[in-house]
Amino acid sequence: MSSADVGTAALVVGLGTALYAVGAGAYAGRTGRREWAASARRAIYALLGLLLLAMVLLEAAYVRSDFSFELVAQNSSTDTPTFYKLTAMWSSQAGSLLLWVFLLSAFSSAVLFLTRRRLREIAPYATAVLGGVAAFFLFLMLFYASPFATLGSPPVEGSGLNPLLRHPAMMFHPPMLYTGYVGFTIPFAFAVGALLKRRTGPEWIRATRRFALVAWTFLGFGILLGSLWSYSELGWGGYWAWDPVENASLMPWLTGTAFIHSIMVQEKRGMLRTWNVSLIVATFMLALLGTFLVRSGILDSIHAFGESTLGKPFLIFIATVLIASVALVVSRRSDLRSDARVDALLSREVFFLLNNLVLILICVVIFWGTFFPLISEALTGTEESVGPPFFNGIIAPIALVLVGLSAIGPLLTWRRNSFSLLRRAFAVPLAVAVVTVVALLAFTDAAEGGLALVMFTLAAFVATVVVQEFWRGTRARRTMTGEPPPVALSRLVGRNRRRYGGYVVHVGIAVLLLGVAGSSSFNEQKDVRLEPGETVTIKDYEVTYREPTVAIEDDRSGTGAPLSFGAVLDVRKDDEHFTMRPARNYYPSQSEAMGPVGRYFGGEATSEVDLRWGLKQDLWLAIQPDLRKLKGPIRRGNELPERFAGQAIVAVARHYADDPPPAAFRAIVSPLVVWIWLGGGIVMAGALLALWPSPEARRRRVTSLYAARLGRELSRA
Amino acid sequence: MEVVLPALVLAAVIALLVLQPLRTPSTESASDPRADLEAAKEAKYREIKDAELDFRMGKLSEADWRPLDAELRGQAIAILRDLDRLEGRRM
Amino acid sequence: MDPSRKRKIRLVVALSAAVLLATALIVVSFSAGTSQLLPSEALAQKPDERFELGGTVVDGSLRDQGGKLEFAIQDPNGSARIPVVYSGAVPDPFREGREVLVRGELEGGRFVGNDMTTKCPSKFTAQ
Repeated sequence: MSSADVGTAALVVGLGTALYAVGAGAYAGRTGRREWAASARRAIYALLGLLLLAMVLLEAAYVRSDFSFELVAQNSSTDTPTFYKLTAMWSSQAGSLLLWVFLLSAFSSAVLFLTRRRLREIAPYATAVLGGVAAFFLFLMLFYASPFATLGSPPVEGSGLNPLLRHPAMMFHPPMLYTGYVGFTIPFAFAVGALLKRRTGPEWIRATRRFALVAWTFLGFGILLGSLWSYSELGWGGYWAWDPVENASLMPWLTGTAFIHSIMVQEKRGMLRTWNVSLIVATFMLALLGTFLVRSGILDSIHAFGESTLGKPFLIFIATVLIASVALVVSRRSDLRSDARVDALLSREVFFLLNNLVLILICVVIFWGTFFPLISEALTGTEESVGPPFFNGIIAPIALVLVGLSAIGPLLTWRRNSFSLLRRAFAVPLAVAVVTVVALLAFTDAAEGGLALVMFTLAAFVATVVVQEFWRGTRARRTMTGEPPPVALSRLVGRNRRRYGGYVVHVGIAVLLLGVAGSSSFNEQKDVRLEPGETVTIKDYEVTYREPTVAIEDDRSGTGAPLSFGAVLDVRKDDEHFTMRPARNYYPSQSEAMGPVGRYFGGEATSEVDLRWGLKQDLWLAIQPDLRKLKGPIRRGNELPERFAGQAIVAVARHYADDPPPAAFRAIVSPLVVWIWLGGGIVMAGALLALWPSPEARRRRVTSLYAARLGRELSRA
Repeated sequence: MEVVLPALVLAAVIALLVLQPLRTPSTESASDPRADLEAAKEAKYREIKDAELDFRMGKLSEADWRPLDAELRGQAIAILRDLDRLEGRRM
Repeated sequence: MDPSRKRKIRLVVALSAAVLLATALIVVSFSAGTSQLLPSEALAQKPDERFELGGTVVDGSLRDQGGKLEFAIQDPNGSARIPVVYSGAVPDPFREGREVLVRGELEGGRFVGNDMTTKCPSKFTAQ
């Protein structure tokens, strides 16, 4: 009995446990019998234990390089650094399924534990839904892609991790994304429970609001990590390509953002109930779609449908859940009528709805553009695709509208607003915006950026609005409590974390989009071939190819690349003088056909970009060495017996170093890119602030104060 | 089938854990809304505080705030009454 | 204006806006779209505008001519192939035997391209 058997056993029992949770939860939901609800809840806890066991067993196999495990043999090797051994687990299809369902069981256990005394009517059905989703993933693992598949005759050495993935950001990217996708399953499950039980009030939202926010935060962070990796590791120098896989993760984030706003409307005013349940259904669908798109190959390759074996079952599952959810929402529409009507157009409700509509619009555009190859083929017979110009051209102006809305929203209150009070609130931010525009036009060439200029102005506007909100809030608190300003500010923020955390997020988004605008409107890219000694000028940098570099078994980037060809470049800008060292890592191919030396140049090659970041602009350099002149030495090395391969490679490398041919360089100067990452950090900080729970004691103290007051008034009334 | 043995062991452990609540049928009603009422109360207090903050910050005029505050407090009182009734106390 | 009429007007406005936006989206996407064709389709249709040629890079066909790459693209499931002259940036995963999408034009019997996407080798298998 090997650990792979125990692992498979855990999955089998897990599937049974998940199905039990579905049955027991549904029964408890129907009959209201508490002991069955408790039993179903325990089944979810048990599922967590089983999946934890499975994860530990699989990771242990990776760490000890147990190549009888098919996954380990395909994704790891004895010389893979331990960090990448551990994280390689989710670079494989089966392993990532295990991670997904493990995260689902963890989050489900958390929410069921936290709500074990509440929501007694809808929690059992939610348990059933969560169990059902888990059962699907377990079913996929047991019948389509098992993480515990074993090889009859284990190889001596594994294939190693795909070098493109050997980067910390790329290793954290999938778990972050999955936490996001899984996190949105929780409100979805409770929404379904609420609909089934016709308890469509704000209870399901209150219980799962934090989970939605956590999911949103992790998903956003995962997306950001992915684009950071793309920019700093891949050889093309951009951070977003509107690639189907990227879009698949962005869409649920957009609907998730809409959801986080619109649930506030339901909590405060009892409106938008149908909208909210529909939105969370859509978000969950898009999250599943995001999980599935990466695996199916449906959009990557032409005319390939369900290339991976998982394509069909995923599609059936998504279609089933979609049809069932829509049917459920439609059947409960009488329970979803709003409590209230819109009082005035100038109100927070209306602006949140506008915000939602804009976000949905962006999502629809992305969806359309991503699936356009399939749509156009269905409609016209030819597959057509749209690229970044389509997405950028349409979405950029819409994003400006979104930022504008995010500046006005904080100034509004619920139901109705007095125009004169608003005018007063707008005065300072508007003035700052005007000053910003004038300054940008007078002192910079920002005008050439068109939409970028508008973005810069809006960012200044948003920032001013938020600072003003903090200031006005502190001042208001001081009139109530007389505290000194720093105390008032910290207590204000501490007691209104949702509000002020949200404002910080708005600033973060504005900063992020400012970075996007700056780097897309004002960047410069040059692709040149340079001989040693030659110089290229880009923006205000002079880049000179000084000399080539060769590294053998000395990978600067820590990915274990045996061979690295690069360059030392002297860069001058005004009176600054520094060097940059881009390189290209070569990983040997496993195939013997290319010869013992040739296979080093026939396997994967990755660009080791050198990036000099700065607050004003980034200088990005990548190199593509020209290896044609080395064909001779490589061929000669191939003819030698295998045991001389090492020396032959050294000879080839020395040949390159001594007589370097011109190399192809790509140089990119992107202004304000670093503000994208900074903005992202601000967003995360704001989200953390909004998520942070207020300490119990403070709440109880406030509660008793109010209770006493209300009690006094009650006795008088 | 070397999977069967560990599967049986795991299943037995799980069954013990999961079936335990079923041995003692609960006498509690399916809808004990105390925790839900507490959550609703907290939410209502937050609304009252938010409204006051909006007023003091100048987003709400006094003419708009007073009736809103009264309405919200009325709703809070109703929740407190429900809570008290649950605990069997009389005011 | 009574509330139900107001609501009806809002509904009409919203629906019209939606229809307008949808039409705009459809028009823009079809006019901005680039056709994706396999070698067999490209040879049959012989388009005279820019399009995306997709297929597998034929093993052994790759020649590096300094500034330009020469290779052949073949139908993934067939035998039709087209020689390609490529002068743009080469993505990291580009290799013989992999699937690529090259953007360019058909000139004579050859495809002249300057932009390429290589399908990432499945992240879930080695190679």
